[in-house]
Amino acid sequence: MIEFREVSKTYPDGTRAVEDFSLVIPARRITVLVGSSGSGKTTLMRMINRMVDPSSGTVEIDGRDISKIEPVRLRRGIGYVMQNSGLLPHRTVAENIATVPRLSGVSRADARKRALAMMDTVGLVRTLADRYPSQLSGGQQQRVGVARGLAIDPNILLMDEPFSAVDPIVRAELQQEVLRLQKELAKTIVFVSHDIDEAFLLGDEVVVLEQGGRIVQQGAPEQILAEPANDFVATFIGADRGKRRLTISDAASRGDDRVLVDAGGYPVGVIAAPGGRLAVGHPSPKSRSISNKTDQAGDA
Amino acid sequence: MNLFGGAFAWILDPAHWSAGPDISGHLLEHLAVSGLCVLIAVAIALPIGIGIGHSGRGRGAAILISNIARALPTLGLLSILILLFGIGLLPITVVLVILAIPPMLAGAYAGVESVDRQTIDAARALGMTEWQIVLRVEIPLALPLLIGGLRATALQVIATLGIASAFAFGGLGIYLINGLAQADFVQLLAGAILITALALVVDGLLAAVQRLVVPHGVALGRSNPNDPQKRARAPRPRAVQEGMQS
Ligand SMILES: Nc1ncnc2c1ncn2[C@@H]1O[C@H](COP(=O)(O)OP(=O)(O)O)[C@@H](O)[C@H]1O
Ligand SMILES: [Mg+2]
Repeated sequence: MIEFREVSKTYPDGTRAVEDFSLVIPARRITVLVGSSGSGKTTLMRMINRMVDPSSGTVEIDGRDISKIEPVRLRRGIGYVMQNSGLLPHRTVAENIATVPRLSGVSRADARKRALAMMDTVGLVRTLADRYPSQLSGGQQQRVGVARGLAIDPNILLMDEPFSAVDPIVRAELQQEVLRLQKELAKTIVFVSHDIDEAFLLGDEVVVLEQGGRIVQQGAPEQILAEPANDFVATFIGADRGKRRLTISDAASRGDDRVLVDAGGYPVGVIAAPGGRLAVGHPSPKSRSISNKTDQAGDA
Repeated sequence: MNLFGGAFAWILDPAHWSAGPDISGHLLEHLAVSGLCVLIAVAIALPIGIGIGHSGRGRGAAILISNIARALPTLGLLSILILLFGIGLLPITVVLVILAIPPMLAGAYAGVESVDRQTIDAARALGMTEWQIVLRVEIPLALPLLIGGLRATALQVIATLGIASAFAFGGLGIYLINGLAQADFVQLLAGAILITALALVVDGLLAAVQRLVVPHGVALGRSNPNDPQKRARAPRPRAVQEGMQS
């Protein structure tokens, strides 16, 4: 569990990036901080591994005030995946993944073994192990970044817009990969995004932020979608544009499935309607991730 | 042409390679003194330059001091030091080291500054200490520019020693002085050719080293037009010259 207590951050140039921010981030779930550019997401995330120290307030991990923990030690225990991979260009894929284990004193041979295993975990073929980052595609680089973040088996994984620089099809693939990994590993993941669709897809908990790190709404995606707290959220999630308001089309249908269209008349999916009745259910996150796979690829 | 022919004949004359303090002796002497001065300059300028590049502090002061060092009249300073300490290794070493520090300093901080900030930020976020960042990330990636600074330094020292040594020390400059004193232009030109040749050989060797130390992954990235990170790195030796003049 990560807890922000009345945290503020003013940068030396006077920018008030975060003001009086309090939040509890639950363990072993994915919490997405979502907001437009400049809303303080990166600043908040970097306070968790002390890449940024708050001007006031405290950040606690499992009840421990992290300002008492030496930054280098703290960082070696927290995985961090950044937007443009941040891989070391002069080191191979395997060496990059093994960086933190090596820093922590794991032998070269063991670190390589672990790196190769991590490559399997994130879906990278082992033949890439001795390539350099510059020889990989953007999507492969991000997978290496994720593997590196997970290499020491951290409890906490920080992901700062990790997929925003890759093309939409690869992004959808990587998002599914995160859901799959999370099912296996159950980490405390803090994920930063400016993309509300990504937040709804990945987040167990979604925190919508305004400028200054002000929390406008927080809750499960279903809750936020059902009851946007105000106009800002409604606009942000696209509810006002009719993107989220779906209607059952009477035109095309196959068997008991009915086609859904949005307010603009665009088909967005099908809904099961056995015997003409709509089925009400509570799909678990598992089924959500599976059923979304095709949707996301289609969106791209 | 006649003069050049004479100069090369003079250099190749076996008599000038065997008797007493011969060409090879002066060559070695020139090389040894240059090497010593470059070594001292590196020992002083490299840590300071890397420190400046890493911390982003002190750049202005370094440029100021470099400019002052460059503006000092070499021969005037040498004369004063000789008056103070007498003829010998000390005055020439001091003067050459002062001359050698600015290009080495510029190569060092320009090299470290050229390393992609995001790469360094990532290294820090992984839990590298500042020392580990310097040793495992910044220096390996800055190495081509560091060697570039070393090249400029070595050239400067070898060339200047040719002139300055006439006052105070042996080395190849002895042929310049003897040539001038005896109005022996063949010997004078031979000395100049030898100094130039030595400088070119050393520069060529260091240029080869400079190519060798480009990290493999970075060299590959340069030839890969699809590499999205390429613009951020790709240090070029030119930056050293720019750094030196700033
Ligand atoms: N190192 C810094 N120095 C000064 N201002 C900064 C710094 N980092 C971020 N900011 C400012 O703080 C605000 C929040 O930035 P950031 O946390 O990066 O937001 P986000 O990740 O949501 O885009 C922005 O106005 C940004 O310009
Ligand atoms: Mg950001």
